[in-house]
Amino acid sequence: MRRGRAMVLAALLIATLPARAGEIPQDERRSGATFMAPQTQAMQDDDTANPGMLWTLEGEEQWNKKTGVSDKACSDCHGDAQTSMKGVAARYPAFDRELGRPIDLEQRINLERRRHQQASPFAYESRDLLALTAFVAQQSRGMPITAGSDEELAPFVARGRELFMQREGQLNLSCANCHDDNWDKHLAGSAITQAHPTGYPLYRLEWQTLGSLQRRLRGCIFGIRAQPYDLGAPELVELELYLMTRAAGMAIEAPAVRP
Amino acid sequence: MAALINVPSKAKRGDIIEIKTLMSHIMETGYRRTADGAVVPRDIITSFSCRYNGEEIFRADLFPAVAANPFISFFTIATESGTFEFEWIGDHGFIATAKAAITVA
Repeated sequence: MRRGRAMVLAALLIATLPARAGEIPQDERRSGATFMAPQTQAMQDDDTANPGMLWTLEGEEQWNKKTGVSDKACSDCHGDAQTSMKGVAARYPAFDRELGRPIDLEQRINLERRRHQQASPFAYESRDLLALTAFVAQQSRGMPITAGSDEELAPFVARGRELFMQREGQLNLSCANCHDDNWDKHLAGSAITQAHPTGYPLYRLEWQTLGSLQRRLRGCIFGIRAQPYDLGAPELVELELYLMTRAAGMAIEAPAVRP
Repeated sequence: MAALINVPSKAKRGDIIEIKTLMSHIMETGYRRTADGAVVPRDIITSFSCRYNGEEIFRADLFPAVAANPFISFFTIATESGTFEFEWIGDHGFIATAKAAITVA
């Protein structure tokens, strides 16, 4: 009798365990902010306590500063960022016709510098690039993510999805193993989130600085003991693109704060 | 260097008001080393002060354990209309200042 009951219990347990496996249902998607402590949420929501705002201030200076051989500022062509850059971050990474592949917001800024300002590109993760990216991304706050809706991007989204699902590294884990299947659990005390890139570039308390989505992705890849792609690698952009389509419709919160 | 100051623009005389400041600074501890073993020199803010119409109302000493981009908040009593002046002083001749006005009715 007792044994029978134990067997039924075991069968029930096995039946409920894999329920989470697979992609996250649309109505269960949550921003990483909802996993944070209330104090960290308050820090993100208060523009005078959110350290990311320091970068947007510097980014605004950059926006209006003349530079390069052509001696032009971003604002000389794009005018007021509040109107011209509204919604831009929500649709990046976007397809660049000349390159024939998707590029993210940082790469777009550097391309514009080269093509129109005839200035040297900023280094990845440099303060200047992060500041300008944060300033542009800030203009899309609250707007729904639309990246990846361009048909030409379909093969790149598919490749990004493959990378997300593919097991790799010494720990033989895929992104999906944590962020699709186990996002309601913890890893060494930290919440495993759903990996929706709603707030990049964001201020990570652990980094003590602002950082890009590519930096975050490289950190994750290092964590599963795989060889991270170089900053700016097409694979990272494809991953960024897939993550953005996965978060389609969610609101941009850049510059966000994360623990 | 960029700074963010949050002071209420208006207050009633005698109100307790909160002042919040956020300063952009790397706060390098001086204890870290580069990959080849060289010490990364200390670069921190060592002192912060706030003056209310010229009179010092708050001062803090900062140390290497303080996180990057220090956020300092404190309370004071709104006594008269005027200006708050903030000053951050640090290593390698670092000086940054900011101002905020308040109207006290």
